Amino acid sequence: MTVKEVAEKLGFSILTGDGEREITGFYACDLLSWVISHAKNGDMWVTVMNNINILAVASLVDVACIVIPEGVEIYDNLAERANEKGITILATELSAADAVIKTHDLINGNI
Amino acid sequence: MSDSTVKLHYDIDAEDFTTAGEASSGVKKTLTRLGVNPELIKRISIAMYEAEINAVIHANGGFADVEITPEMVKVVISDNGPGIPCVEDAMKPGWSTASNLVREMGFGAGMGLPNMKRYTDEMCVESEVGVGTKITLIVYLNR
Ligand SMILES: Nc1ncnc2c1ncn2[C@@H]1O[C@H](COP(=O)(O)OP(=O)(O)OP(=O)(O)O)[C@@H](O)[C@H]1O
Ligand SMILES: [Mg+2]
Repeated sequence: MTVKEVAEKLGFSILTGDGEREITGFYACDLLSWVISHAKNGDMWVTVMNNINILAVASLVDVACIVIPEGVEIYDNLAERANEKGITILATELSAADAVIKTHDLINGNI
Repeated sequence: MSDSTVKLHYDIDAEDFTTAGEASSGVKKTLTRLGVNPELIKRISIAMYEAEINAVIHANGGFADVEITPEMVKVVISDNGPGIPCVEDAMKPGWSTASNLVREMGFGAGMGLPNMKRYTDEMCVESEVGVGTKITLIVYLNR
């Protein structure tokens, strides 16, 4: 399922990017070096980090999208740079755990 | 890929955290343009990003010198920062002296140096307290 379809079905807002990538896995962590070595290409990456360094990490790992949970604020400069780099950022009020569980259930046809 | 050697030099600026990673993303673009295998590009750019970020957060900036040949990519990140008192300790996963400010930005897991080791074929750390640190990272392209 694509990022866009997930966002539409679960009510996540698409803040940047086109959301055309396919989600093939999940990763949730805020420690950037940890994410770099453990997240995988195509993952939906959930993090409360909202500084610009997450974009470098997202493009190094080549994740499908970044999801910023818990209603964490997203600043204009982050959004601008993400658009420049073609990185999709979603936002949700859900917790990181719930965002992953709901998306997983949706993709696997359980909701 | 042609036989010629490509050399790149970058200043790593520590003024602005938000631009950190520019040298490694520049190298990533060059390697992509040269048609290097994407898996190898990923390894090189991850290792270089970690070294570049370390120069920014631990050493107030530095320099990156990159040499791309048909056989290998060699990245040297050097700085005139405080140096690493015990490289053996610093290489341990989880070992970090990152400040709270830096941790709030998501750094400080103590995984940067171990990641560099993991993603390269050869890694060398030369460091002297009060003088600076030089990290050499090599990934071979034909193995
Ligand atoms: N260029 C450098 N100059 C001075 N000290 C350094 C340098 N690079 C690393 N260090 C020291 O080595 C420690 C471990 O580095 P490492 O990159 O593994 O972890 P980190 O930078 O603290 O956290 P992370 O990389 O996971 O965000 C650092 O906390 C710091 O004390
Ligand atoms: Mg580091």
